[in-house]
Amino acid sequence: MSKSKPILTSSLGRKLVMSLTGLFLCSFLVIHLIGNFQLFANDEGYAFNNYAYFMTHFAPIKVVSYLLYASIVIHAVYALILTIQNKKARPVQYNQYDGKSNSAWNSRNMGILGTVLLVFIATHMQNFWWKYHNDQVPYIEYTKDLNTGTITSRELSASEFTDYLVTTDNGQEVTKARDLYKQVDFTFQNVGLVILYVVAMFALAFHLIHGFQSAFQTVGFNHRRYIGIIRFIGVWVFGVLIPIGFAAMPLYFYFIK
Amino acid sequence: MLDSRVPVGPLAEKWSKHKFNMKLVNPANKRKFTIIVVGTGLAGASAAASLAELGYNVKTFCYQDSPRRAHSIAAQGGINAAKNYQNDGDSVYRLFYDTIKGGDYRAREANVYRLAEVSVDIIDQCVAQGVPFAREYGGLLDNRSFGGAQVSRTFYARGQTGQQLLLGAYSALNRQIKKGKVESYTRHEMLDLVKIDGHARGIVTRDMVTGKIETHAGHAVLLCTGGYGNVFFLSTNAMGCNVTAAWRAHKRGAYFANPCYTQIHPTCIPVTGDHQSKLTLMSESLRNDGRVWVPKTVELSQKLQKGELKPSDIKEDDRDYFLERKYPSFGNLVPRDVASRNAKEVVDEGRGVGKTGVAVFLDFKDAIARLGEDLVRAKYGNLFDMYYQITDENPYKQPMRIYPAVHYTMGGVWVDYNLMTTVPGLYALGECNFSDHGANRLGASALMQGLSDGYFVIPYTVGDYLANLGSFAPVDASNPAFEETRLQVEQNVNKLLSMRGSKTVDDIHKKLGHIMWEYCGMARTAEGLTKAKGLIQDLKKEFWSDVCVLGENEELNMSLEKAGRVADFIELGELMVDDALNRNESCGGHFRLESQTEEGEAKRNDEEYAYVSAWEFKGENHAEQLHKEELVFENVKLTQRSYK
Amino acid sequence: MSGQMNLTLKVWRQKKENQKGQFVTYKANNISDDMSFLEMLDVVNEEITRKGEDPIYFDHDCREGICGMCSLVINGRPHGPKYGTTTCQLHMRSFHDGQTIVIEPWRAAAFPVLKDLAVDRTAFDRIQQAGGYVNVNTGGVPDANTIPIPKRIADEAFESATCIGCGACVAACKNASAMLFVSAKVSQFALLPQGQTERYERAQAMVDQMDAEGFGNCTNTGACEAECPVGIKLTNIARLNREYFTAKLFRQEDIHN
Repeated sequence: MSKSKPILTSSLGRKLVMSLTGLFLCSFLVIHLIGNFQLFANDEGYAFNNYAYFMTHFAPIKVVSYLLYASIVIHAVYALILTIQNKKARPVQYNQYDGKSNSAWNSRNMGILGTVLLVFIATHMQNFWWKYHNDQVPYIEYTKDLNTGTITSRELSASEFTDYLVTTDNGQEVTKARDLYKQVDFTFQNVGLVILYVVAMFALAFHLIHGFQSAFQTVGFNHRRYIGIIRFIGVWVFGVLIPIGFAAMPLYFYFIK
Repeated sequence: MLDSRVPVGPLAEKWSKHKFNMKLVNPANKRKFTIIVVGTGLAGASAAASLAELGYNVKTFCYQDSPRRAHSIAAQGGINAAKNYQNDGDSVYRLFYDTIKGGDYRAREANVYRLAEVSVDIIDQCVAQGVPFAREYGGLLDNRSFGGAQVSRTFYARGQTGQQLLLGAYSALNRQIKKGKVESYTRHEMLDLVKIDGHARGIVTRDMVTGKIETHAGHAVLLCTGGYGNVFFLSTNAMGCNVTAAWRAHKRGAYFANPCYTQIHPTCIPVTGDHQSKLTLMSESLRNDGRVWVPKTVELSQKLQKGELKPSDIKEDDRDYFLERKYPSFGNLVPRDVASRNAKEVVDEGRGVGKTGVAVFLDFKDAIARLGEDLVRAKYGNLFDMYYQITDENPYKQPMRIYPAVHYTMGGVWVDYNLMTTVPGLYALGECNFSDHGANRLGASALMQGLSDGYFVIPYTVGDYLANLGSFAPVDASNPAFEETRLQVEQNVNKLLSMRGSKTVDDIHKKLGHIMWEYCGMARTAEGLTKAKGLIQDLKKEFWSDVCVLGENEELNMSLEKAGRVADFIELGELMVDDALNRNESCGGHFRLESQTEEGEAKRNDEEYAYVSAWEFKGENHAEQLHKEELVFENVKLTQRSYK
Repeated sequence: MSGQMNLTLKVWRQKKENQKGQFVTYKANNISDDMSFLEMLDVVNEEITRKGEDPIYFDHDCREGICGMCSLVINGRPHGPKYGTTTCQLHMRSFHDGQTIVIEPWRAAAFPVLKDLAVDRTAFDRIQQAGGYVNVNTGGVPDANTIPIPKRIADEAFESATCIGCGACVAACKNASAMLFVSAKVSQFALLPQGQTERYERAQAMVDQMDAEGFGNCTNTGACEAECPVGIKLTNIARLNREYFTAKLFRQEDIHN
């Protein structure tokens, strides 16, 4: 009797890691998109900024967010390891390689698409996550009439802001918050960034059209009974709806707001 | 007189008694013996795996890059076994009887009976290995009737039975390779046999990649190298199939039996031109529903050949369904040899079809009208697709063109009941030997014989030989016989490599093929055979004076590989002609025009020719000596076949 | 219908395994469209030989599409421009007069070139030797009909078992992955009752060997399935993944030798 190689040193094990981290990131996209739809609310960012505070301060969600960062890193590192192995597996390239006859372009270029996404994620985190966590965003105070629901707001200066604070007094709810909404608005006035975001969403679309169903194939889910549903969700939800939803945000702020 | 070592006693008890009477090798001593297996098709792979399981050390050799590619893989139809799963009256005795009769009473009774007897074990073995045979909805194995048999005894795996059986044997072989009991040498070609004190004790091989001429020592050598159909250049054999190993063994003392018995299969895709490299067989099941015809007149045929008329332009009255006309009771389902010969006849009359005029129609128009295109597709879809792919003609819309092609060789190295050749310690298994099919092989019997020899016969009989050696000492690899034989092989290789004439090896091979097909093919005459002998002798001179072999030994060298094989084919061709000339009767695949009934059917001559001709090599450029093994039929009555 | 054509061939020539190779251009004139691709090469080789040059070495044997020996990448595609066929069954009517055809060997680290267009595929044999069998000795097995197998299962196992081991899957895959080949054998035995006893050991042993041979990782592009001459399906790969992960995560880890 002898031991088989440990799972994580095998090609299949590494693929499993890619698959599971990928699917986890997919699930995050759904939550992220639903949350960010609050950007479209006509409330001067009230809901969005409250949501931003909740997401960054609620302990279980913080744990999940660290898992998320880890997933991104692991997904990228394993992709690199696998790509290097794949290059080694064919040291001499073909003079002619007619890939389009047997496979889709995106399925063969997940690395390029992933790299675009990695650059995007870095820029995105720098623009929002980093600035939010390092007090580089403006501050805002909302006053909400609890009877009528009308919200008014005014910008706070840095000296007026100490921490996120909600006080209720006399039917008026006063919220002091970091104004990530304003930061979003500000960021998306930069045409270069808007273009980057839209391009990145195209990359996301093509990455997921292959990636979503590929992840299921890797864990072994491929049966005629449900493969159609998996493909449908991969293409229409992750390949179309979600990227369009995300791309709509920079376009909305640039063109409409 | 040759001793076939058939055990005495009633037919049905011979094998059981013989198994008991044979000596056994103690399990602890088995590992002291090395057995060399040349060829890894059904016979070779099954023998190597079974012997290794018993504890022997085995070395296997094949010229392909993997044991899995042996040409057994291409067998389509199925494998016979007397399981009687269908309750339709089959039995070991019936399979035995059908095989003897199908072989036109030119096979050895005891061997054929044993074949039928172990056929049932083969199916069990293959199923246990995970061979995915076709099944009924109830989960049990399915059978079909094949090749005109009156019972359904053929087990099959769609149209790829050979592939599945070979992969089963290959998997058993792999298991032993993993265990270290089998050493597998691929891309190695056996070029000679090493004999010590008259016994086979090793082989000389050429590593086809490095060119290294090596010797391998063993206590027994098993030739499982298949048939020699490629002597005709065009055949349904794989391009690499060759007679070299068997022929070199023949030159070292193994008699060659019945070389003239070749099977010509009627339903092959016709030749399109001189460029043709091989022929493709389509299952003869096509004749169950297809109708064979040519136009009644030469004029109409010529118009078809020139493309002035389409097959559909020929009126029903102008068509000659010649098999149905001549054989009203069997019609299109007459045996392979009869169907083939009649196709040749009409083509020789100038009534052939297709651009070359060397083909007859196999028409499914009536079947499609009767059964509907869907049902025809369900039955023959894969064959129709294959035909379409190769010819670019749609067989649903126009009749197929077919013509006979060389398919199997019943002759081969002479073996006794133990499968041992006339060289002690040298065995021949599968198509390589001559033993079980007589003058004609039945459909779905080749796979059965290969596996029977490998799984269930040789493991017993080789043990008897080894136990009788009286010594467990390893073969002395330093015996000068090894080096001497190796040097001879090296000289032969160098001689070939020095040839820088004007003909390519294929030029010569094609010429040989034409001679064999013309004079030693479907119909043979004394005059033609005599002429062929002269032509072959001239061709041999031409080969050794004007062939061109390029490159060097120390590389993959296609010219060299082919040259060595063709040189042997030329010599074999001459022996085939000698054998055909000697056998002045018609039987099975051997049809002498001089020996036919008034109706033009094959006529056997049992008084004079109920024997196996076994030829002994007597030296270069010497006539071979004929030895006869009388065939004694104690259990069946010899009858003339009739299909009217 | 039957035309003659003149073609230009760019063929990879390499004398020995560790020597440098290069493309050499040949003319193939008066080629009939009834010829198979290999017969066209035969014609070219006869001409080369007559000129006293070394003919082009290529692997081939049965020439009826079943032995799996032929192995050419033709204009960037394994087994050439037609789907579902081997090189030996490809006919010249798939090409046109004046065309340039680039012919290369399979390219993979695990398939070193031996000469010209012939590669060493013994890696496939070693994978089969690792576990592609049922451990039964000759003799002593039960009657064939004692194990009923539903027709559906038998048919599916047969589909997987039809793999001809040509290696086109590896050649087509951008990562030179052998997953389709390995999964076909694993599937055959995973489906059949005969394969159950060693089911999980087999998957592990064969994957270990596959990785050791230096094949790349599967990224589910589907190129293997598209180019497979006998139509082995991607569902086999999903099944291999299931078998392997089940073995690793839920079953014993030992492999018997």
